[in-house]
This record gives sequence, structure tokens and C-alpha cells, in this order.
Amino acid sequence: MTSKNKWLSAPYALWSIVFIIIPLGMILYYGLTDKNGAFTLENIIAITTAGHAKALRLSLLLSFVSTLICFLLAYPLAMILANTKVNTHQFIILIFILPMWMNFLLRTLAWQTLLEKNGVINSVLTFLNLPNLKIINTPAAIVLGMVYNFLPFMILPLYNALAKIDKNVIDAAHDLGAGSIYTFIHIILPLSVPGIISGITMVFVPALTTFVISALLGGSKLLLIGDVIEQEFTRTSNWHLGSGLSIVLMIFIIINMIASAIFDKDGEGSML
Amino acid sequence: MKTAAKKIYIAFIILFLYAPIGTLMVLSFNASKTRAKWGGFTLKWYIDLFHNEEILRALLNTLLIAFFSALAATIIGTIASVAMNGMKRRTKSIMMGITNIPMLNAEIVTGISLMLLYISFGMKFGIGTILLSHITFNIPYVILSVMPRMKQFNPSTYEAALDLGASHTTAFFKIVLPDLFPGILSGFLMAFTMSLDDFIITHFTKGVGVDTLSTKIYTEVKKGIKPEMYALSTLIFVTVLILLILVNRSPDKKKS
Repeated sequence: MTSKNKWLSAPYALWSIVFIIIPLGMILYYGLTDKNGAFTLENIIAITTAGHAKALRLSLLLSFVSTLICFLLAYPLAMILANTKVNTHQFIILIFILPMWMNFLLRTLAWQTLLEKNGVINSVLTFLNLPNLKIINTPAAIVLGMVYNFLPFMILPLYNALAKIDKNVIDAAHDLGAGSIYTFIHIILPLSVPGIISGITMVFVPALTTFVISALLGGSKLLLIGDVIEQEFTRTSNWHLGSGLSIVLMIFIIINMIASAIFDKDGEGSML
Repeated sequence: MKTAAKKIYIAFIILFLYAPIGTLMVLSFNASKTRAKWGGFTLKWYIDLFHNEEILRALLNTLLIAFFSALAATIIGTIASVAMNGMKRRTKSIMMGITNIPMLNAEIVTGISLMLLYISFGMKFGIGTILLSHITFNIPYVILSVMPRMKQFNPSTYEAALDLGASHTTAFFKIVLPDLFPGILSGFLMAFTMSLDDFIITHFTKGVGVDTLSTKIYTEVKKGIKPEMYALSTLIFVTVLILLILVNRSPDKKKS
């Protein structure tokens, strides 16, 4: 079977080289050259100019906050779900995948309707005599959009990691006199690390690099690094600069990939 | 008390995730053209939808791309999973590392990297380039669904089939494939869903004049979304919901 197997992996290996490795090489090439094809670091140093640095800082801040909120919302939920009956596994995944069948841009736009000054949420708040929310077109609205869109990518890996924990281990800890908090810190939390790392990666990277959510919920004034890169490609057509800024982004992504490779060797925290 | 708190918490998260979907459904029946006002109940948008050729063409493109990219990714991914399972640890981990790249990489980076690739190959941007891009980001979902099944697979059954005179091909289709099938199916559905919902990669790899629903909506954002779009997405969502309920119900019927 082995000799045949090697041959069987050829189509995918070829596909990966053409559509994954070579394209990434092209970004490196464009990012490290100028219009005449000469080597330069200018496109990468461009990140330090005021506008770009500001966009990167805002992206880092908002994606960090969103990841943290996703984690705090998802962990208790994943713990509750992991303790429900075993045969609901498929159903739970379904609940969080199902929203994707309604277009992601439309779902994000719907938040405009919900958050607007006279929107649905504020009408409810006014009815209850509560102060109104004024977050549309602010960074807070972008964070909400990020949390909304990427929360399932935090819930699923956490749920998978927590559901895999052998209940006997927890029972053993209790039998040996450990309290709930002690068991949580010393048993449950360490065993769920693969899921935590995977969840953080799955939320942080898309949040850091998004350009749609900011455009839809943040008004047109707040630029994220994703917006800047997108404009370099679609409007200014400066592919060299766009690629250079992408290389800067990739540095953060690679740090993330290495972290997930170290902490999640067997893919235990995977989404599926 | 404690279980009540848990239920409230689950309900809160589900409300959060489904509130925009409910909003869009309500908007699809809104007689007023602006999102901000309720102008009474109407079915007008559902009727208009079937006369709006642009939207219908975008829908057709979206479904064709989703189906064929998921199909191609399922075939390539399943074969790759079978092959990778028999590999040495080192080669396998390199292959898995590469598989993870499209999943862990930023979509915007994947999108522009593919765009640069197509440009340098002088390819014409259109359905073809979108399809190739979608296959690329769909393969990892298939591999990640099939691999766990492959690990559980007992090679002795395959060898037994060979000993009993089955050819490699027969043994593969009669023994290996049925065992992997649940993984293959969920990989296909996952890939289909991801393709359907993708905007960013399509945005960079589509040609002028070719639109999927996502890119069509994006261009409409500035002009104002046509309410027909709400009607269409409501129809899609409800169809999928009904299908899922039917699929999930059928095993129970068999039992009884």
C-alpha cells in the first residue's frame, strides 16, 4: 500500500505548491522589490509612516480586545456545552455553522439596523427607560462586528478540547479532595490549552486582517491595516506597497502559527 | 437554579448570533425600501427577486462555484488524506503544516497572493480563477474532516479484502470509502458552506462583471442594498434549515 500511497499524494502536493507556496513567494517577491524589480526594503519600512502605523496599532488593539471578549464569552459556553449529552455533538456544531448560510456581509450590515441611533436595540432600551447605545461608527461597533463574526471560531475549538477531557480525571481530582476552582485551574484549564490556542488563532488572525467589518460598521473614517492593504490593491494599484504591508501582517500570523504548532501538536483543538 | 443560569447563558449567545438573521428576515417583508423604517408587510421583494436577472445570475454563480469547488476539494482532499495516512511521521507533519496554511493565514493575504499568481500566469479573471481559489481554501476543511476517520480506520479490513481476492481499487471503493464516508460528507458540506460565505478571497480573484452574491452585496452596500437580497437570503436560510431538520429527523424514523 505504501508505494502506491506516495503516488497518491502527488495531486495534492502539486496543488499546494502551485496555489499555496508559489503565491506566498510572489507576495515576498513583490514586497521586497520596487517597480523596476530592484531589491528594496522600502515597502516594509512603509509601515512606520504615520497613517500606516496608526492603522496597524488600531488593528492590533481591536483584534486583541475582540479575541479577549470572544474567549471570555466562549469559554463558559463551551464548558456548559461539553457537559451536555454526547449525541448532541453534531447538533452543537450545526448551530454555530448555520448562520454562515446567510451571507456574512448581510449579517454584518444587519447590525447597522440593530445599532443605529433609532435602531432596534435603542428602541427597546428607550422602551425600558434605559440609556441608549451610541456605538455605531465607533471602534466599539467594529469590535462587536468582529466578536459577532468570529465567535463560532472560538466556541468550536474550545468545545472540542473540553469535550475530549476524560470525566474520570475530573472525578479523580474531586475524590482526592480538590475543590471546583482548584480542579478548574489545575485540571480543566491546562487540558484545554490546545483548544484555547486554536481558538485564539482562529479569531485573532481574521480580526487583525479584516477590511470589510470596519467598512460596514466603523463608518469610513476608521482605517484598519486590512483596509489600507485592500486599497493598495484595488484602488491605488501599488502592489509592491500592498505586498510589503502584507509581509508585515504575515509576521504576526507566523507568530500565531508557530504558537499553535507548539501547543497543539496533534490538532486536538481543531474546529471540526 | 444553576441549570437555569446555564440555559439563559446559552440562549443569550444564540440570540446574539441569530439576531441579525432575524433582522434580515423581518426586513425581507418590509414595504419600506430603507432599512431604518418599517413600512408595513409585503411580499413584493419575493416576487421582484425572480425578475431580477442580476441577482439570479449571481446566485447561480455562487451555487455553481460552491458545488464544484467543494466537489473538487473533496476528491483531492480525500485522496490526499488516504495518502498522508501512510506517510512517515516527518513527511506527514510537513504536509499537514502546508495544509494548515490557508486556514491559519489571513484571507486577505491568501486573496492577494492568488491574485498575483493569476496575473503573473496571464490568466483571465473570471469564474475559473474564483473556482481555483475556492478549491484551494476548501481542501483543508476536507482533509481535517477525513483525517480523523482515516486514523480510526483499521488497515486489517483492507488487507483482508485483498487476501480474499479483491483488487486494490475494489477494496478501496468497497472497504475504505464507506468507512470514510461520514468524514467525506461533512468535509464536503463544510467546504460548500465556506465557499458560499466567502467574500474576501472572491473579491480579489474575481473578474470585472462576474459576481457572486457576496461581491454583488459588497458593491450594493454604497448604493443601498436591494431588498430582494434580503428576500433571497431568507429563502436560502429557510431552505437549509428545513433540509437540516429533515436530515436530522430521518434516523429517528428508521429506529421506530
